[in-house]
Amino acid sequence: MQNTKPIHKIIVAVIIFIMVLPIVATFLYSIATKWGATILPDGLTLQWYIQLVTDPRFLASFFRSLFVCTAAMLLSIVLMVPMIFMVFYTFPKLKKFFNFVVILPFAVPPVVSSVGLIQLYSDGILPISGTFWILIFTYFTMVIPFIYRSLANSFTAIALHDLMDAARLLGASTAQAFFLTVLPNLKKGLLSAVFISFSILFGEFVFANILVGTRYETIQIYLFNTRQISGHFTSALVMFYFAFIFVFTFIANRIGKRK
Amino acid sequence: MAQRSQRSKRDRLLTILVCMGPFALFFFLFQILPILWVVVNSFNVEGSFSFDHYKDIFSSAFTLQAFKNSLWLSVVSSILGLLISLILVNSLRRTDNRLRSLVISFINMSSNFSGVPLAFAFIIILGVNGAVTLLLQGLGIIDEFNLYSKWGLLAIYTYFQIPLGVLLLYPAFDALRDEWQEAAQLMGATTWEFTRMVALPILTPAIIGTFIILLANAMGAYASVYALTAGNYNVITVRIASLVSGDMFLEPNLAAAISVVLMILMAFIVAINYLLLGRSRYAKYQANS
Repeated sequence: MQNTKPIHKIIVAVIIFIMVLPIVATFLYSIATKWGATILPDGLTLQWYIQLVTDPRFLASFFRSLFVCTAAMLLSIVLMVPMIFMVFYTFPKLKKFFNFVVILPFAVPPVVSSVGLIQLYSDGILPISGTFWILIFTYFTMVIPFIYRSLANSFTAIALHDLMDAARLLGASTAQAFFLTVLPNLKKGLLSAVFISFSILFGEFVFANILVGTRYETIQIYLFNTRQISGHFTSALVMFYFAFIFVFTFIANRIGKRK
Repeated sequence: MAQRSQRSKRDRLLTILVCMGPFALFFFLFQILPILWVVVNSFNVEGSFSFDHYKDIFSSAFTLQAFKNSLWLSVVSSILGLLISLILVNSLRRTDNRLRSLVISFINMSSNFSGVPLAFAFIIILGVNGAVTLLLQGLGIIDEFNLYSKWGLLAIYTYFQIPLGVLLLYPAFDALRDEWQEAAQLMGATTWEFTRMVALPILTPAIIGTFIILLANAMGAYASVYALTAGNYNVITVRIASLVSGDMFLEPNLAAAISVVLMILMAFIVAINYLLLGRSRYAKYQANS
């Protein structure tokens, strides 16, 4: 007996309508010629989008964001895959410890971390505050919880020890066994985590604003700094950003669902 | 033979170092060390150990106001977000599959719609000349709406809490079986009685857990307030940030002390969570089974 009263459909529709409203309004604003003191816009145009994609400062900030996020993702994969493999293969007792450790980036607000980061890396032996390096390294810590969870799930699912034993019985070295049998099995979980992490990093503002600011303008900083130009222009930028994020979360969902 | 085992021992050690060393190093440098710096320097007053920064916090009306504003926004937006999420998930469970997966996909995506872009979207619909503001004024529902006040901030906080709340609560509803409702109905229970005596007790651990995550999420929020009010609304994260990266009066050690108080506050919230979970009978049952 599935209870499918129409009232539930109405409730879902009303809440989702309110959730969609800011997105639709931003979209309308981005294609409006003028939208002053009226409920609906006056006329429609694509000029704001054209203005956006022909702005070299926008393109530069977009590619900076792409670069920093990609570099951070690569760094986290290179650092975390061997680490988690070691934990699951050699030190399973450390799992509990790591379950706690990976919550830290979640539990400590970025604003708090940046208080320490800005002091530690402004001068001294590693003066990287204000450059993209500090963003790459802090973004690495931000995605640890997501990458760890998905990799841990994959490692639990593949019967790691049997797989390794079988490969070594056939004459493979530990390294060969890892690269040829374990790594391919992690692909799906890793990809889905990468896309989720990427969309989170792309929207990161706190570290970018406090640690780097205009010295290395990422897309979020650009968005914030150009807020005075024109509401329509800003909306076009928000929609562009949002479409980009949509594609990434969509791909992540697709990969996650695929069996 | 002894030499060989020694060599393999050395190899093993090397492998462990290569696999775990780099991660440990980066994690220490960019996650642990900043926290340590914050804790140590919160006691540092011009080079000597002192509680002065903490005394400053509790005697500064401005800082206390920031804590009060942050707590108010976090608690109210978490309660509202939780209620709306519960209503949505409950209804969503009773609609057909296609609609359900469509809505969940949308919620998944909108969970990334936060911070600066969200603040701008809110200015467009709820600003002085925003479409929704004008619409509501036209209908005579509101007089004027100030998005840059605490009510405006509450609206935006609640908005970004809903996707998170839904994503966390949705799986928890799996624990509720349709048969239980049928059984309860057969025994003469009304829907309300079933909700109060069966559904809510089962969902309690998930509800408390979700509430805590929403609270922490709101306490740490910075980008949306900053973008909406250009740092003029006094919440604790904005206060901390302005002490380390503002244009004047940089006081990193005071910022560190405020950060420590914030972390203690959040730890306190989590501790209450565990306490409440301990009192929930269903959570104990789940833990034992």
